[in-house]
Amino acid sequence: MADMIATRDAYGKALVELGAEKDNIVVLDADLAAATKTGMFKKAYPDRFFDCGIAENNMMGVAVGLSLTGKIPFASTFAMFAAGRSFDQVRNSIGYPHANVKIGATHGGITVGEDGATHQCNEDFALMRTIPGMTVMCAADAVEARLMVKAAAEMEGPVYMRFGRMAVPTLFDDDYKFEIGRGVRLVEGDDVSIIANGVEVSEALQAAEMLKAEGINASVVNMATIKPIDRELVIEEAKRCGCIVTCEEHSVIGGLGGAVAEVVCETVPVPVLRLGVEDCFGRSGPAKELLSLFGLDAKAICAKAKEAVALKK
Amino acid sequence: MEQNRIAELKEIARQIRVGIIEAVYSAKSGHPGGSLSMADILTYMYYEEMNVDPANPADPKRDRFVLSKGHCSPVLYSTLAHKGFFPVEDLKTFRKSDSYLQGHPDLKKVPGVDMSSGSLGQGLSVACGMALSAKLDKADNRVYAVLGDGESEEGQIWEAAMFAAHYNLDNLCAILDWNGLQIDGPVAEVIGPAPFDTKFEAFGWNVVMADAHDFDSIEAAFANAKSTKGKPTIIIAKSIKGKGVSFMENNVAWHGAAPNAEQYEIAINDLKA
Repeated sequence: MADMIATRDAYGKALVELGAEKDNIVVLDADLAAATKTGMFKKAYPDRFFDCGIAENNMMGVAVGLSLTGKIPFASTFAMFAAGRSFDQVRNSIGYPHANVKIGATHGGITVGEDGATHQCNEDFALMRTIPGMTVMCAADAVEARLMVKAAAEMEGPVYMRFGRMAVPTLFDDDYKFEIGRGVRLVEGDDVSIIANGVEVSEALQAAEMLKAEGINASVVNMATIKPIDRELVIEEAKRCGCIVTCEEHSVIGGLGGAVAEVVCETVPVPVLRLGVEDCFGRSGPAKELLSLFGLDAKAICAKAKEAVALKK
Repeated sequence: MEQNRIAELKEIARQIRVGIIEAVYSAKSGHPGGSLSMADILTYMYYEEMNVDPANPADPKRDRFVLSKGHCSPVLYSTLAHKGFFPVEDLKTFRKSDSYLQGHPDLKKVPGVDMSSGSLGQGLSVACGMALSAKLDKADNRVYAVLGDGESEEGQIWEAAMFAAHYNLDNLCAILDWNGLQIDGPVAEVIGPAPFDTKFEAFGWNVVMADAHDFDSIEAAFANAKSTKGKPTIIIAKSIKGKGVSFMENNVAWHGAAPNAEQYEIAINDLKA
């Protein structure tokens, strides 16, 4: 059994590592340091941690001011408040001036669990993706989350990163190569391409095993960067497999599924079935149970993959 | 302040006001009222108060300025142009599709603009971040932000007010343009955010009242801000919207409208030396 670690934990640890490497790393939070795991940085570097209180909009602006004066700020809160409440601040104060602000949004998607719909952000990829120049990413496991944070600090410009609350299996080993804007094919297959990110990657890997037992060879791609999307890889998958299933812990509207469909329908029009949260709000419940309830588990991916294969010409 | 220097600053402010009218008239749109009300304050800031150098607009040691009420870009552009950041002639390109002088300030395009602004309520937070950054660096540069009285109806202003006081940002000075008018009418009638003094005091700020059109009063207010330690300062600057142009003064119709040819002539005549 693989190690079970939430990507938010890896985020907190990576910030501490970064803090040691660069003195211009500063971290902001909005009264959620214990939950977002920025508390680890606060403990290690109290002089470079600033709690903004429950005032996310101000936090985004403060981050901009810090970024324009030579700091690399990581601003953290739940995805709902980072992408939702502060959309205007992120668009106008961060996106428009292309400020070097890194948003570490935790508690994305329905695996927030028991807190329910108000805290389950299924819209952040879609919202953030519409902002010109914004890099949008979601980590599949702790290894990837750590590398993503490091890569975000190295690049110039605004970044939105989503991390999860729920512990997920560690999928990658220490030689895993992460590059912003590049998807990674984890399983080779020609019958159907399953393009996933975040918690859905481990579900997709299980689904591929199940499909194999039924004689369907599925390709599995981890598409951690939603924007800029890896067009070449999407086109390659569409050409080779002839059908695609996208899987994300996000609304089927406008997220990874939208980004993949946009590329495919303009280049290699093949069936793209989007698996995600249907056009509805989340609900309370244990995280793992919600994944099944909302049709995001390996079994649901299998069914969707078969539907996609049946649609192939 | 010496009478000679006051006369010089008045002449600069007059030219800046002419630049505002030229820009808005050329664009056939823009916000002259709240630009004219801040012309004397910006004149003082750029010619007396702030450490900025048009030859080195990106100097990391410079003081920073955030025009939180970004729609009043004409007063910022005209001040920057007269100070030498870019040609005064370019003010006539304001709001044109091939111009770098966008309707609202864009830091990527305009030399001397420290922050893009326009969506109200956001600039004070950015100024807080800049001031905090200077504290972290133990640098002695200062940060300034101009807010609108109507803009202060935005909740984020008060989030930033809380933050600045909590982190003792005494290197931050906000200026509130209290001209009393916003698009829908008198500020007091729209929603009534006043009193500003006791509100900011309650949030932990040093509050200074000033006459936005009297250089002695302006000088005293900025000196007070600079000498105040441990807390941020807000200068509540009582101003006249449209100041200097007879038909625009205290008239809400000129919040966001451009003069026609006839009105332009009157305005330029009003602003004659």
